[in-house]
Amino acid sequence: MSRRSRLGLFLFSAAGLGALLFWGVAGLPDFGHYRGPYGYVLNAVAQPERHVTNVVSATVFDFRGFDTLGEEFILFAAVMGVALLLRDVRDEHGGQRDEVRGDALRLVGLGFVAALFVLGLYVVAHGPITPGGGFQGGVVLASAFALVYLAGEYHGYRKLVPTPAVDFVEGTGAGAYAVIGLVSLLLGTAYLHNFGPLGTSGTLASGGTISMLNIASALEVSAAFVLLFTEFLEELIAAEEHR
Amino acid sequence: MIPLQAAVIGLVAVGAVAVVLTRDLVRLAMASSLYALLLVVLFLVLQAPDVALSELVVGAVGFPLVIVVAIAMERK
Repeated sequence: MSRRSRLGLFLFSAAGLGALLFWGVAGLPDFGHYRGPYGYVLNAVAQPERHVTNVVSATVFDFRGFDTLGEEFILFAAVMGVALLLRDVRDEHGGQRDEVRGDALRLVGLGFVAALFVLGLYVVAHGPITPGGGFQGGVVLASAFALVYLAGEYHGYRKLVPTPAVDFVEGTGAGAYAVIGLVSLLLGTAYLHNFGPLGTSGTLASGGTISMLNIASALEVSAAFVLLFTEFLEELIAAEEHR
Repeated sequence: MIPLQAAVIGLVAVGAVAVVLTRDLVRLAMASSLYALLLVVLFLVLQAPDVALSELVVGAVGFPLVIVVAIAMERK
C-alpha cells in the first residue's frame, strides 16, 4: 500500500471518527445539567432515611453496598496477587543504606507522619458526615506509613508494619464487610440492608451499618496499600542486594 | 460553565499533553503526579470533593510511587 493511499485511508477514517465523536458529544446534556433521576432521589432520601449527611457514603455503603463489596474484593484479590507473585521466604534485609541522613528532612518528614496519620483517622471517622470515608482515609493512613520509610529508614518502617499484622488487618477488613452483610440476612432482610442504630445526623456514630462498613473498608484499604508498598519495597531491596 | 471551571479544564488539557510529551521516565512520574493534582483541582471546582480526595491519594501519591519504585528496580 503506497504512502499516498495510506494517508487517504487515514484521512477518511479520521474524518469518520471525528464526525461520530462530534455527533455523540453534541447529544450530551449541557454542562451542569444532570438528567438522571437517581441523583435527585438519593439526595432527597439519604439524610432523612439513613441519618448521614455525606450522600456519597450513603450511596457507596448502603444503597449500592453490594457493588462496593465487589470493589473491595477486587482490591483484595489484586493485592493478594501481588503478594503471591512477589513474596518469598526471606528475612528482613540488613544494611543501613536507606537511612535518610539530613536531620531537617528527617524531622519535617517524621513530623508529617503524625499529621498524616491523624488526618487519615479524621477522614475515615467523618465518612458519614463530610466528604471522604473508608477508601480515601485508608489510603491517607497507608501513605503515613510509607512516609516513615521515605523520611526515616527501612528498619523503622518494617518494625512499624510487620507483615503478619498487615495481612491480618487486611483480611479482617475484607471479611468484616462480607460478615456485616450476613448479619443483615440473619435479621431477615436483604444482604447488606442497613440494620444498625441510625444515630443522630451529623454525629460520628450516625448511619448504622454505613459507619461499620466505612470502618471495615478503611481497615482493608489501608492494609492493602501498605502491603502493596511493602512488597514493592522488598523487591527493590532484594534487587539491590543481589547486585 | 463559570470562568474558573473553564480555566481549570484548560489547565488539565495542557497537563495531559505535557504528560504525553514527556519521554524521561522519572520526569514522567513527576509530571503525572502534577497532572493528578490538576485533576484534583478540577474535581474540587466541579464540587466533587470525594472524588478529589481519591484522585489525590491514588493519582498524586500512589501511582507515581509505584512508577518510581519500578524505575528504580529496572535500573538495578
